Amino acid sequence: MLELRNVSKTVAGEYHIRPTDLTLKRGTLNVLLGPTLAGKTSLMRLMAGLDKPTEGTVHFDGADVTGMPVQKRNVAMVYQQFINYPALSVYENIASPMRIAGKDAGTIDREVKKAAELLKLTPYLDRTPLNLSGGQQQRTALARAIVKNANLVLLDEPLANLDYKLREELREELPKIFAASGAIFVYATTEPSEALLLGGNTAALHEGAVTQFGRTVDVYRRPADLVTAEIFADPPLNTIALTRSGHAFLIEGEPVIPVPAHLASIADGPVTLAFQPHHLFLHAANGHTTPLKARTLVSEIAGSESFIHLDFAGRRWVMLAHGIHDIEQDREIVVHLDSRHLMAFNQSTGKALVATPLAA
Amino acid sequence: MEKTWNNKAWFLVLPVLLLVAFSAVIPLMTVVNYSVQDTFGNNQFFWAGTDWFVEILTSPRFWDALWRNLIFSAVILAIEVPLGILIALNMPKHGLGVPVCLVLMALPLLIPWNVVGTIWQVFGRVDIGLLGYFLNSLGISYNYTQNPTHAWATVIVMDVWHWTSLVVLLCYAGLVSIPDAYYQAARIDGASRWSVFRYIQLPKMKRVLLIAVLLRFMDSFMIYTEPFVVTGGGPGNSTTFLSIDLVKMAIGQFDLGPAAAMSIIYFLIILLLSWVFYTVMTQSDAEQK
Repeated sequence: MLELRNVSKTVAGEYHIRPTDLTLKRGTLNVLLGPTLAGKTSLMRLMAGLDKPTEGTVHFDGADVTGMPVQKRNVAMVYQQFINYPALSVYENIASPMRIAGKDAGTIDREVKKAAELLKLTPYLDRTPLNLSGGQQQRTALARAIVKNANLVLLDEPLANLDYKLREELREELPKIFAASGAIFVYATTEPSEALLLGGNTAALHEGAVTQFGRTVDVYRRPADLVTAEIFADPPLNTIALTRSGHAFLIEGEPVIPVPAHLASIADGPVTLAFQPHHLFLHAANGHTTPLKARTLVSEIAGSESFIHLDFAGRRWVMLAHGIHDIEQDREIVVHLDSRHLMAFNQSTGKALVATPLAA
Repeated sequence: MEKTWNNKAWFLVLPVLLLVAFSAVIPLMTVVNYSVQDTFGNNQFFWAGTDWFVEILTSPRFWDALWRNLIFSAVILAIEVPLGILIALNMPKHGLGVPVCLVLMALPLLIPWNVVGTIWQVFGRVDIGLLGYFLNSLGISYNYTQNPTHAWATVIVMDVWHWTSLVVLLCYAGLVSIPDAYYQAARIDGASRWSVFRYIQLPKMKRVLLIAVLLRFMDSFMIYTEPFVVTGGGPGNSTTFLSIDLVKMAIGQFDLGPAAAMSIIYFLIILLLSWVFYTVMTQSDAEQK
């Protein structure tokens, strides 16, 4: 069990990591989700012991390891760049952590072959990393992390530099590969979809602070505040500020959206509503949608989906529509919002007012 | 579409052609011309065939100078390359120390060769030189104008002082291009300082080291100005390297034929050794692939 107790990191008087409490259990996969510069790497460095926290303590299995140097902590780390020893063969690269640990030749050989088999590197054991593809180089780095049998495995955007196809493939395999070892996994990513695919737990990060930590689906479905909801949305979250009055949400006194059942408990007054782009539809699909008039801006077609940018009462929204829709610009259209998925936040604090009851 | 030839393009290439012709091809051909003929002035030439080449290759004077030059280059490389790497490894990578170190390192490289020679010539003098006087007052009878060993030591120390910076700067450039994540990964692995050097830094510096070795070899094999200024090739012939010998032969004795033949042999030796260095060093790279 890895515990960060009130850990913070300041560099030149500026917070890189704000005071943070976080407990990661053995055998779990933990995603650090946040945009670039949110502090994912800084937090990982603190976990690993590459950096010393400015304040607070780090505990592993109850023991205080705050000042312990990284090489004594049995940590493995994989980076966005493909980091391997350039002059050594793949075999020697995988063997390197065990050689340093002073294991005997038989064990090393067995472990290297096992890891190579697992990561499909067997045919390339004699090559040097520079003569491998990006995916194979990263597999080599992953194999090094596996044979180390570390207590804590840190993966810092390990798939970001790989092409789409390889990324899908490795992402699927990663949880399986590491599942058996019983270590703590920490996986940093900027992509909400990656967090959802990996499952496990997610810590959402924003400007050096953990805004929420919990099961990935819980964080996704019930964000504690607007910032977390925004981190967990790609394309960006749609928001609108309005006022609740009785059975409807009003804009400038005009009722726009009827209050759905799950938001019935919130008080009258100003509120910020938010929803994911895929909860907006071109056609009324079920009995829970509210028609809204919006003006079309741009539509982008990405594979089998379309991102349709809209202007609704001066707010920019995005609709994620299935299929290819080539919609004319600057036209009034009616879009349909599934109000069961609306999230409501306090307008001044950004805190969630009620949990959304429905599955996303 | 039919290809059209535009002969005007030759005018654009002409300046370069002329430059290369006058700076390289014509002088080289003149040397070849001299090396196979004999002349007594008045623009009168007599065919000499390979006589001059035979004369040079059978003269002990040439072999002695060649041998001295090889030893000199070997010693220079053996000192400057490891020393350069060592200094580069210990140079700061961040902060104010970086520009300070870089300027300090670049200083010797900015001084003209003959000035370097003069500095050391004066520096080492027994009567007024700081180094010479100091060593002698310590009881070491140092005198580079009389003792061949002292002359050699002076020339080598001078070259190390002058040119190690080049190796340092090249290695430093190689070192700073290594991403920080490599060092982090090594730290996490618990790799020793030596392992980091042997398995990360050295392989990453390989290309710049090749350039450093080639440049230092070629330059040290062609060294002329500094030993000429400091020792004039003496005492005796002890620091007469190939180029000094060549100048003596061509300008001092006015033996144009043998000097031309020696120039060509000299040129071919440098070409051959550079090729060997290059092949050996890139070969080990290819083997890994």
